[in-house]
Amino acid sequence: MSQLPLKETDFEPIEMKQFDAERIVGESTSYWKDAWRRFKQNKLAVAGTFIILLLGIMAFIGAPISGHNYYDNDLINANQSPSAEYWFGTDNLGRDIFARTWYGAKISLFIGLTAAFIDIVIGIIWGSISGYLSGRVDEYMMRIADILAGIPYLLVVILLMVIMRPGLWTLIIAMTITGWINMARIVRGEVMRLKSEEYVIAARSLGAGSLRIIAKHLIPNTFGPILVTLTLTVPTAIFTEAFLSFLGLGVPAPLASWGTMSSDALQSFRYYPFQLFFPAFFICLTMLAFNVVGDGMRDALDPKSRR
Amino acid sequence: MVKYVFKRIGYIVISLFFIVTITFFLMRLAPGGPFASERKLPPKIEEQMNEIYGLNDPIHVQYIDYLTRVAKWDFGPSFKYVGQSVNDIIGRSFPYSLILGLEAIFLALAVGVLLGVVAAIYHNKFGDYMAMVIAVLGISVPSFILATILQYVFALKLQLFPIAKFDSFAHSILPGIALAATPLAFIARLMRSSMLDVLNSDYIKTAKAKGLTKRVTIYRHGIRNAILPVVSYLGPLVVTILTGSFIIEKIFAIPGLGNEFVESVTNRDYTVIMGTTVFFSVLLLVSILIVDIIYSFIDPRIKLTRKEGDQ
Repeated sequence: MSQLPLKETDFEPIEMKQFDAERIVGESTSYWKDAWRRFKQNKLAVAGTFIILLLGIMAFIGAPISGHNYYDNDLINANQSPSAEYWFGTDNLGRDIFARTWYGAKISLFIGLTAAFIDIVIGIIWGSISGYLSGRVDEYMMRIADILAGIPYLLVVILLMVIMRPGLWTLIIAMTITGWINMARIVRGEVMRLKSEEYVIAARSLGAGSLRIIAKHLIPNTFGPILVTLTLTVPTAIFTEAFLSFLGLGVPAPLASWGTMSSDALQSFRYYPFQLFFPAFFICLTMLAFNVVGDGMRDALDPKSRR
Repeated sequence: MVKYVFKRIGYIVISLFFIVTITFFLMRLAPGGPFASERKLPPKIEEQMNEIYGLNDPIHVQYIDYLTRVAKWDFGPSFKYVGQSVNDIIGRSFPYSLILGLEAIFLALAVGVLLGVVAAIYHNKFGDYMAMVIAVLGISVPSFILATILQYVFALKLQLFPIAKFDSFAHSILPGIALAATPLAFIARLMRSSMLDVLNSDYIKTAKAKGLTKRVTIYRHGIRNAILPVVSYLGPLVVTILTGSFIIEKIFAIPGLGNEFVESVTNRDYTVIMGTTVFFSVLLLVSILIVDIIYSFIDPRIKLTRKEGDQ
């Protein structure tokens, strides 16, 4: 039976620094960092983000690099198929479809983003006041929203387009008149949920006023749902613009939007299907990208809803 | 229950009053009189026309006139089609829209629920991915583009279906699909997520533990509970179908009410615009009320009449 020789040094205490044991190796994370990490894992959503960025860039450089502009008529070269000269072909007035497509992207994205932004501003103000005050004021504010929401969105927009002069801003105003309601409802719900949280009570007991509590504590904490709604509002706005333009109530000529281009192309669709293909394809692609990104954001910002 | 229904009807009446008022004054604000056309009318004739249609009365008299007439369900004469009342136009064109709309609602519900259930049962497998790809495409492709594609492929190239008009069941298939696509996709997504919730719940586990067949577990216990969010989507579904009909009926040249509305907008036929707007609003508000009442019947947990104190 062999025994291990024991030395004196074996009985000395091992130096263990308290600091090492408690050292935090992982990077500290916040709600937004966490959400970003989850978002990055969603490949579809990342692809959607790239598509949106690409569309945005092309909206600005697309028309210049084609060597044509969106409004010049050239009847000799009307209805050309896609070629080296006209990358997407030309329409019935000989206008370059490539240039028009990217000009249309600019208009469509501008309408979508602006309408969504205005919705957000009105929605946040209305929703946070209504949710914060509750009681009678809330009742009245929400009743007004209910009555407005009772009228179908597109019907209101069409009626407004009838009485106002056709144009870009008319379209945006018409879309935001009832568009903010959804946002207001979401913000109200969030504010009602959050206002009984402890940090709000703490802020109030420290003497913060209602305005400060709403602006500094409640609204920043509703940004998650707001961002998701924003991303899902943009495709709705783009769709509405295309829908109205398709009915002949959209932006007036010579401005080009994807909706007016599809509507124009429909006349000669049997003979020149490519004229419809390009604007229609980009409407679908944009809506797809925004929808996918919106879904990805919802999953990332609200992990409980994820499956 | 009865009290609740009356309260809701009261709200509907208030909403309708606002809608009628807003549309009336909006239409009066609209540029150009109803008889302003390319061909200038002699002033005498225009004067006479205005007199006949009561347009010379002060605005508040016209407004009260219109309100009382609408209350009696009379929307007045059309300005553009002489001798036709708005009621005639609605009565003539609405049946087409109703048939098409019901078909689309049926299609959206049946296929949407089916896709959602398939996706939930085969969660994260091929069936799920297929169903969700269809759903995302349905949401991303606008109805008017889908309609044109369907028309091109099935009517023009393959010649399987008639290209336009509305005379038989075959005529209604393509517009029905185009109209149903977007709500179908929404329903599929709703159904999928609620079905996934239900399939993870305790009573499904109990049912499985009892040894019930998969079929009974899914049909009896799963779908019945998971379908509730879809029922509450029926209200917005009616809205989507209705506004979708504006464009689908135009593309397929269906003489329905949606087409008539769009036509009246381009014609600036103000009485028809107002009449159809009020008609659409009544239709929507009533169908949303009906959906809410149905909802309370199928889900006993929902109480329409709130007790004192609880939210």
